[in-house]
Amino acid sequence: MRYVMVIDTKKCVGCSDCVVACQVENDVPLGYCRDWVTESVSGKFPKVEMELRSERCNHCENPPCVRTCPTGASHTVDGGIVVVTGNKCIGCGACIESCPYDARYQHPEEGYVDKCTFCFHRVEKGMKPACVSVCPTRCMYFGDLHDPNSDVSRLLAERKYKVLAPEAGTKPQVYYLI
Amino acid sequence: MKTTRREFIKVSSLGLGGVALAGGGFSLSKLFGESKHQGLDMSKLKRYPTYCDVCFWKCAAWTYVNDKNEIKKVAGNELDTHCRGRLCPRGTGGLGMYYDDDRLKTPLIRVEKDGKQTFREASWEEALDLISGKMKDIKSKYGAESFALLKHGSPGKHFEHLFKAFGSDTIAEPAFAQCRGPRAVGFKLTFGSAVGSPETTDIRDSKCLVLIGSHIGENMHNSQVQEVSDAIDRGITIITVDPRLSTIANKSKFWLPIRPATDMALLLAWMHVLIYEELYDKKYIDKYSIGFDKLKEHVRKFTPEWAYPITDIKPNQIRETAREMAKASPAVLVHPGRHVTWYGDDAQRSRAIAILNALLGSWGKRGGFYFSEKLKVPKYPHPHYPEPNWDAKDLSKKYPLAKTGITTEVIRASIPDENTEHKVKAWMVAGTNLTQSVPNKKMTLKAIEALEFLVVVDLMPMEITGYADVILPECSYLERYDMIRSSGWRTPSIALRMPAVEPRFNSKPAWWMAKQLGEKLGLGDYFKYNDYKEVIDWQLKQLGTSLEEMKHVGVMNFNRNGRELYLKDGEDYKFKTPSGKIELYSEKLDKMGFDPIPVYKAHEKPPQNYYRLIYGRAPMHTFSKTINNPYLNDLKDTNNLWINPRVADIWGLKYGQEIWIKNQDGKVSDFPVKVRITERIRWDSVYMVHGFGHNNKKLSRAYGKGASDSQMITKVLVDPLMGGTGLRGNFVTILLDNPHKNIES
Repeated sequence: MRYVMVIDTKKCVGCSDCVVACQVENDVPLGYCRDWVTESVSGKFPKVEMELRSERCNHCENPPCVRTCPTGASHTVDGGIVVVTGNKCIGCGACIESCPYDARYQHPEEGYVDKCTFCFHRVEKGMKPACVSVCPTRCMYFGDLHDPNSDVSRLLAERKYKVLAPEAGTKPQVYYLI
Repeated sequence: MKTTRREFIKVSSLGLGGVALAGGGFSLSKLFGESKHQGLDMSKLKRYPTYCDVCFWKCAAWTYVNDKNEIKKVAGNELDTHCRGRLCPRGTGGLGMYYDDDRLKTPLIRVEKDGKQTFREASWEEALDLISGKMKDIKSKYGAESFALLKHGSPGKHFEHLFKAFGSDTIAEPAFAQCRGPRAVGFKLTFGSAVGSPETTDIRDSKCLVLIGSHIGENMHNSQVQEVSDAIDRGITIITVDPRLSTIANKSKFWLPIRPATDMALLLAWMHVLIYEELYDKKYIDKYSIGFDKLKEHVRKFTPEWAYPITDIKPNQIRETAREMAKASPAVLVHPGRHVTWYGDDAQRSRAIAILNALLGSWGKRGGFYFSEKLKVPKYPHPHYPEPNWDAKDLSKKYPLAKTGITTEVIRASIPDENTEHKVKAWMVAGTNLTQSVPNKKMTLKAIEALEFLVVVDLMPMEITGYADVILPECSYLERYDMIRSSGWRTPSIALRMPAVEPRFNSKPAWWMAKQLGEKLGLGDYFKYNDYKEVIDWQLKQLGTSLEEMKHVGVMNFNRNGRELYLKDGEDYKFKTPSGKIELYSEKLDKMGFDPIPVYKAHEKPPQNYYRLIYGRAPMHTFSKTINNPYLNDLKDTNNLWINPRVADIWGLKYGQEIWIKNQDGKVSDFPVKVRITERIRWDSVYMVHGFGHNNKKLSRAYGKGASDSQMITKVLVDPLMGGTGLRGNFVTILLDNPHKNIES
């Protein structure tokens, strides 16, 4: 079992429904977020291109946050999902520094570090992560990369894709169809 | 400061006293006490049906509530065609409307205290007595017609009933003359039918979608965005005409970055190519239309070469895109857009779009426009409305094709020294922030100054509330019953809105306010129910269901039993035009003295150092109404001014630099706006997202954030056909230093 997310940048309109759905679902404090939307523009008018990406923790195969965590609060669970156990976290911030995706923040009231969990609490009940479940363009896919019949496997077999900061060697597991 | 009879009052924290609040600022973890950070446990939540009120798309949804009666989530209803189980960010963040602590909390009445005007808290009884007293007073002095209702959305409907019972049909809403009126008129003249809302655009099955300045994806018209997304998967060809690389332009095979205000020339050149390259749908045109020969002659000289210097679009691009459309015909859709009041010839531009669709044979065809079907919700029995001596339409007589009252004409009739046939003396404004939603604020304020009485009904202390004599706080859609939503769609459907929780503070639903006022006015026969749910239940039973059943499903879809969704091959069909045909040439327009076939007229260009102001939507906001929503504000709390790098160089601007803008009439923005230097826009235009730059401090998150495009729109290009207010003829320049500095010190 290897959970991954596949996001189709050809369909994403950058509406940020994923962001507000996550905030509501996971009680993320206002001013912080577990997922966010990035826009990158290239070219010169009128030959301009843009890419919109819904970004979050990449639940890396080789997660630097887990390696740098001194207490074991950051760890990997079933399906490769990287999570933080709040009451083990001492808020040292090493994981925040080590993450090439800037995917973590320190909770302003609780002190521990927080980030995307792929909505593990939903996934274990057979539901999709909140962001995927609301996306009006249906540009987000979640599933098991080890299952060759899953949407995510099929899309990665059929379409061109990329991951973010592959040079960091983290083996990120959020894929962008391009 | 000039003292006026009706000074603007900032709605203060009145109404907070005595009401237990979460305390302090808005904090999710305080509101969402349990299951903190563990994610929601859906099995512990109860759900209640609603349909969204954050925008006009009205997606059906479920409101999820925990055992402490706290709203935890709003999510789309799977049965609903408007959302297919998925809300947009505004719908998902809709609970922010409920949780916003800046909400209006209790009725407020304007009083004078120590020589200064202020609001004081009032009971509902007192506020409603005052309003009904004033209504009677105005009626006896000037006639009921002099009390106007200016409205938008759900609350407006309840008050419409009250006003009609009271004897006033002086009713108008910005949705017509400030938004989609020209499109309704243009399509009706051509096809005999308007495209409605949601539009009858068959994007689902379209092979080619043409967008004229319509930015689907930035406007989150939910099902349309979803159908476009599915169509992208199918490989649809999208052609987008926009001076700005909008989100959808970026997803298009062809982006035509047109010189603004020249769309008509492009549309005529496209017609020229379709006709003279014989690419149009001959069978369709022969069978269903009249005036083709006249159209052919009319567009003879409008070659792509003619259009090139006007539009900046190269002739080969015009030809290539016209051929793409023809290739997909009839499964091609030249989208009518929605907010189309741009340059004052908008009904004619909409007509040109309609004619183009006719040439492509797309009206009534799969992948073009389908025939919708809607369920008629029976009217709850009430006595006939009295016949008013005049109504809002009488105020707009000079615009022969105006279908409904024109807000700006009602406003004009409220100004004593304007020469109008009838005079308006008092307003109720419900659910529309009039100083922002209609152009020419100066005129609106002049009218307000002269009014004998102004009631404002709103959820939030929007700017317009500051001018009210009485403010009535409406509760949010999550706290009330409302009219049954009946939709015209591929299949008819109905949806239920019911409260998930009790209203917060001392707010009330609009139906309750209307009923109370009705009873106080002796119009009780029009409101023969104790609770609006009795009306809904009665109506639902007429439709073969019940409130009880609808509570469980939220949405009910029905089979069509009218005509087929599309025209069959060779089917005889009578269009609802005077000739019964698609009118490529309009005798009706000719008789009225208007162009029977649309013509291109050059519009004013920006003067030197000025840029055309274009405005639009961001997907997480609905006009100015959502800017203060804690969730949506967190996604986007300000706007910025898009400027091409070449222009930024001339002014020496840096990315993110704060500047002020000034328009052609010398109007300066209240607040600074940050510059966004981007290749995504032409050099002759600037762009900003509409709805920002709020100047009421009581909107704590929205106040002073970004600049208001509405404020810069002082020049209005009026459509002579239907009174539409064209808003895109305004030009702005850049001020590097704070123009308000001296005033502030």
